[in-house]
Amino acid sequence: MLQYAAIVLIMLGLYGLLTQRNIIKIIISLNIMEIGLNLFIVSVGYVEGGIAPILTSVNNSSSLVFVDPLPQALVLTAIVIGVGTTALGLALAKNIYQKYGTFEIDEMGEE
Amino acid sequence: MKNFLALLLTLFLGYMIMTSLAANDLFPDQGAADVTTRVSQKYIDRSVNGDVGEVIFGQATNLESGPANIVTAIVADYRSFDTLGEVTVLFVSSLGVALLLGGPKQKRLELNFHPNFMLRVGSRALFGIILMTGIYIAIHGHLTPGGGFPGGTMIASSMLLLYLADDEFRAKIKGFKMLESAAGSAYVLIGLAGLFLGSYFLENLLGNGILGDLLSAGMIPIIYVLIGLKVGSEISGVIDNFLTEEGV
Amino acid sequence: MTLINFVEIGISVLLILLAFLAINSKTLIKSVMFLSSLSMLAVIGFVLLKAPDVAVTEAVIGSGLVTSLFVFTLLAVRKVGKKA
Repeated sequence: MLQYAAIVLIMLGLYGLLTQRNIIKIIISLNIMEIGLNLFIVSVGYVEGGIAPILTSVNNSSSLVFVDPLPQALVLTAIVIGVGTTALGLALAKNIYQKYGTFEIDEMGEE
Repeated sequence: MKNFLALLLTLFLGYMIMTSLAANDLFPDQGAADVTTRVSQKYIDRSVNGDVGEVIFGQATNLESGPANIVTAIVADYRSFDTLGEVTVLFVSSLGVALLLGGPKQKRLELNFHPNFMLRVGSRALFGIILMTGIYIAIHGHLTPGGGFPGGTMIASSMLLLYLADDEFRAKIKGFKMLESAAGSAYVLIGLAGLFLGSYFLENLLGNGILGDLLSAGMIPIIYVLIGLKVGSEISGVIDNFLTEEGV
Repeated sequence: MTLINFVEIGISVLLILLAFLAINSKTLIKSVMFLSSLSMLAVIGFVLLKAPDVAVTEAVIGSGLVTSLFVFTLLAVRKVGKKA
């Protein structure tokens, strides 16, 4: 079920990216798409009845059924890089506002 | 009209994703994945270099990769080179933010509200707790969920709290820059030490110890603490850049 | 149908609803707040998918740090608008 929600989130993010004309809204759409993609990648490795991929004193053997750890490691990387791109985009947006006085793409270049 | 076209394109994308998912072995339905046929099973069994039998918590010694948290084993040991690249991407992005927002004459951004007494005292009290939690998460990255990235970000959020509590506060940003470069260089130096003293880049030179102990897994706690320090100082720098503006 | 299934369906519906609201709300600060709550719900989704590492990271970074960066940008900009 969460897998289908993730696909709908990716679609909504693309829709926002195509229709919005505000820079902050575009960055928000990118973030929504990123969350959907992360959920989708993690859901690919989910095993029904599996346990989280950490050996503890309770789940103490590697022969138990674990959830796939590889997609989780990849998503961990993706989230941190997402912060980097978001911060860079917001810095650009702040500079654009200082030059044009607006966030709307349609109102720029009319000074 | 434009919105309608965008809606059509989005629906087409959704249709394509759904068709590609039907009867696809690589992307099974949620819950139907079979880990034993994937490469991940080798990471769980620690059997990339040969089968070692069952791995038991608290007993297994001399594994090829020591952390009890399998995600950490992948991020900081099997795929540590990827993580080095990731840290580099974060460094480049913080460099870009500093280039775009920084300048020679910087002063603190004046917020519309002023912190009252309760906010000041509460933030000072919470600052220590959040800082300690961040360090704890970074140090225990090989045993519990978390690791260097959330731990470092938590350290940066404690700095953010100090920014909110005090109108005049500015972090010692030069010290943070030193810490960041020192941590990043130490990561590369550990990798080079593995290359020259051992046989390959980022080889785990220390012994792995018993799986599940705090002092186990060789280099991995050291690497994760370095990553935590680097990420924390980098993101503190980004927050500082966002909270300053061109001065008079 | 167990309780977990109902929780999963509820979270899926709320995720889609919040994403729609985040894209379509009129004021920017409301959009940012909806994005923050979307991240927080995604954390519960990650926990249901048995990914505690990803959940901790998303809770700290996606819900805390990214929201504060958005809010700082909006705060700085409103002040610039007042001066002009």
